[in-house]
Amino acid sequence: MCVLVASACSALLVLSGCGSAENDSSHSSAASSDAVISIYGPEPAKPLIPSDTNEIGGGNPIEMMFSRLVRFDSKGKAVNEIAQDIKPNADMTQYAITIKPGWKFTDGSPVTSQSFTKAWSWGANAANAQLGSSSYNIIKGYDALQNPGIDNNAQLEGLKVVDDRTFTVDLVAPSSTFPTVLGYTPYSPLPEVFYKDTKAFGEKPVTAGPYKFVSWEHNKFVKLAKDPNYKGGLTVKNGGLEFRSYSDTTAAYADIQSGNLDVMDFIPTSALKTFLTDSSIQAKSQAGPIVQYMVIPSAMPHFKEDEEGRLRRQAISLSINRQQLIDKVIGGTATPATDFISPTIPGYSKNLKGSDVLKYDSAKAKELWEKANTISPWDPNASFTVAYNVDGGYKDIYDAITNSIKNTLDIKTEASPIPTFSEFNANLAHRTFTQKGMAFRGGWQPDYPSPEAYLKPKFISSAADGHGANYGDYKNSQADELLQEASSAKSIDASNKKFQEMQEVLLKDLPAIPIYCDNSKGAASKQLHGFEFTWKGTPEYWNLSK
Amino acid sequence: MGKYLLRRILQMIPVVLGTTLLIYALVFALPGDPVAAMFGDKPVNQAVAAQIRSEYNLDKPFIVQYFLFLKNALTLNFGNTFAGQPVISVIGRAFPVTIRLALMAFVFEAIFGVLFGIISGLNKGKWSDQIILILSLLLISIPTFVTGFVMQFFFGVKWHILPATAGVDPGFIDLLMPAIVLGSVSMASIIRLTRTEISTNISEDYVRTARAKGMSNFQVTVRHILRNSLIPVVTYLGADIGALMGGAMITERIFNIQGVGNTLYQAILRGEGTLVVSIVTIMVMIFVVCSLVVDLLYAVLDPRIRYA
Repeated sequence: MCVLVASACSALLVLSGCGSAENDSSHSSAASSDAVISIYGPEPAKPLIPSDTNEIGGGNPIEMMFSRLVRFDSKGKAVNEIAQDIKPNADMTQYAITIKPGWKFTDGSPVTSQSFTKAWSWGANAANAQLGSSSYNIIKGYDALQNPGIDNNAQLEGLKVVDDRTFTVDLVAPSSTFPTVLGYTPYSPLPEVFYKDTKAFGEKPVTAGPYKFVSWEHNKFVKLAKDPNYKGGLTVKNGGLEFRSYSDTTAAYADIQSGNLDVMDFIPTSALKTFLTDSSIQAKSQAGPIVQYMVIPSAMPHFKEDEEGRLRRQAISLSINRQQLIDKVIGGTATPATDFISPTIPGYSKNLKGSDVLKYDSAKAKELWEKANTISPWDPNASFTVAYNVDGGYKDIYDAITNSIKNTLDIKTEASPIPTFSEFNANLAHRTFTQKGMAFRGGWQPDYPSPEAYLKPKFISSAADGHGANYGDYKNSQADELLQEASSAKSIDASNKKFQEMQEVLLKDLPAIPIYCDNSKGAASKQLHGFEFTWKGTPEYWNLSK
Repeated sequence: MGKYLLRRILQMIPVVLGTTLLIYALVFALPGDPVAAMFGDKPVNQAVAAQIRSEYNLDKPFIVQYFLFLKNALTLNFGNTFAGQPVISVIGRAFPVTIRLALMAFVFEAIFGVLFGIISGLNKGKWSDQIILILSLLLISIPTFVTGFVMQFFFGVKWHILPATAGVDPGFIDLLMPAIVLGSVSMASIIRLTRTEISTNISEDYVRTARAKGMSNFQVTVRHILRNSLIPVVTYLGADIGALMGGAMITERIFNIQGVGNTLYQAILRGEGTLVVSIVTIMVMIFVVCSLVVDLLYAVLDPRIRYA
């Protein structure tokens, strides 16, 4: 769901969760189990359908209403929810899934194998124009559903129902991470009533999960209530959730301060430097899943993936003082990158081979830059330019980064602002920056807690050249192979090892330079209990009470 | 009179056509692709994008899009927003709130603006005039968002006197602070305007004549000075209704009021041409109608003006 990271601006944004300035695990005896928690949430941008929602406004309520086969524990590890058993075959290309008995949707109909297979096929089918359709592209038969004029009932070839509680999934390639992928919201089950009138369903969803839908008044709120029939593993400590529409985070923050709103998972820029010490609220700021990269396109002159290019990429990376940047420019609300993923993801490491290149070292930076100059001299009039979108609040950050590079390497640098995220995105899609020989900002929020959710979309060859989010068009067969091996490994641990090996290749090539992980930040009113964040940086809504 | 009205109403047609075309062209010219932006950071699924483009006519040339919009608008079908809701119901939700806010601001600025303007104008040069002068200059020079945030912080967050934001179903109390913020700059202008007019008229010959006739001070002030002084004030107020509706954008964002300004702002960000044009068209019509009403009011206030 989270896709809109890059426009960290205001409402559409996705962000996240946050770390702790105060630990409040206190369980007051006065806490009432039927209190309704009010939550900052922009108006959903789309109907409440899991496969069509890729922003937090709709994403957060959907996440709380629709249980999936697995859910994620506080460490980001997948545990079975509706699934009883998820079993791969020998080469990890087919999974046999059994679901637990007794799960029911809020309209009383049972959750069966078909609730999953039909829902995924419907979401994948291009005729239904779902924004999250590519979430299913690892399932066999996905490509066939992308042809123009396809029947909107056509099913994914790779899904086979064995009986009411068992089905099999054939994948296009081996995947050890598939059980984790299953926790991503587009993989939610849908009841039969959905297909009768999808439009009505989107306004008033029928679900199976910890909360059930109550009402959605547009531009006002989405209300959910605790579902007493919920069969899963979460303990719900409140009576319901009310996601209130705010079009501006500053207004929501003022409401938290004055006690009119319980919790928000976003801090407006105006409060970034003060919220951690604001005594009228509970504040949190802790490492979150979003990683901010500076992408240097592989086709950029002097920065190609050859010896000169690698030296220059390393020199640039070494000349950025990440900790200072975080402390001085963004009030300490980020964590310096030590690899290509974030500390909230299982498989994260601080000590990968070659990770020293992500630490500030001006002497070494100069040395490497000079060495590159002996291969091909750098034109003293040329400028190293980085493009970024202004609406995400990145101006100060990119001014500081380019200054840091300029002061260390003594070359001309420039931070080039693009007014909106939408325009920035169009430039990425058309490779405008690449043609102009510019580096650019890249932010990434993973869909599920696995290194794969960063590395595959951003760095695999098959996502380059307009086929995905590999906007720098990085292609390295060794990296591809390691990704492949990680995907077909026999266990999550084994695959995470391979993902780390793959990142060691990335640390040599630096197709993108990891700068920092955005902290998940949030604020809650004083009387709220249980304010903790998930791996994604959203509050554990079910744990909140007051 | 009837002819005049008809002529003015017919004049609205080219005005509305011109503005819609202009706004449509401007939204169309916005850089970036609204459909690609829906996918956020994720790669765009071209098959899905094509489907969405054809649903919203975004795959057609600009002028075709515009005429399709016009054609549908004539049958009152404004289409759907990207969120899949009818444009008409989005507008139907946004306008009542904004109208309530604008009216409250309007009443506030009209009453207090004229009142302080009269006090100031009748007491030219005295201490009450000086204080009002300083305060009104202060209000004119401070931008709305500063007044907004400062009032929100003190009255809402710190002292809990008024709600910090307007909330879900804003009532009178919820909208009080936003209305004062929204109306304050215009109120200051009205004070200045009223004061100048009154202090000019007070020394006119007809006022002296009226006094010479032996009319009471009160009658002179109300019947002669005020009546003549208020003509430019009414013009200003009339034009301000439109400005209050459209200019509420900043106030609406500060106080989280889900009105026209906010809706328009979001629609521009998303590049939703039809929604932007629909809202702007309605606002243009409000402007045009307000200025018509103002022109008609002239005749009431000034017997010399007659529309034939």
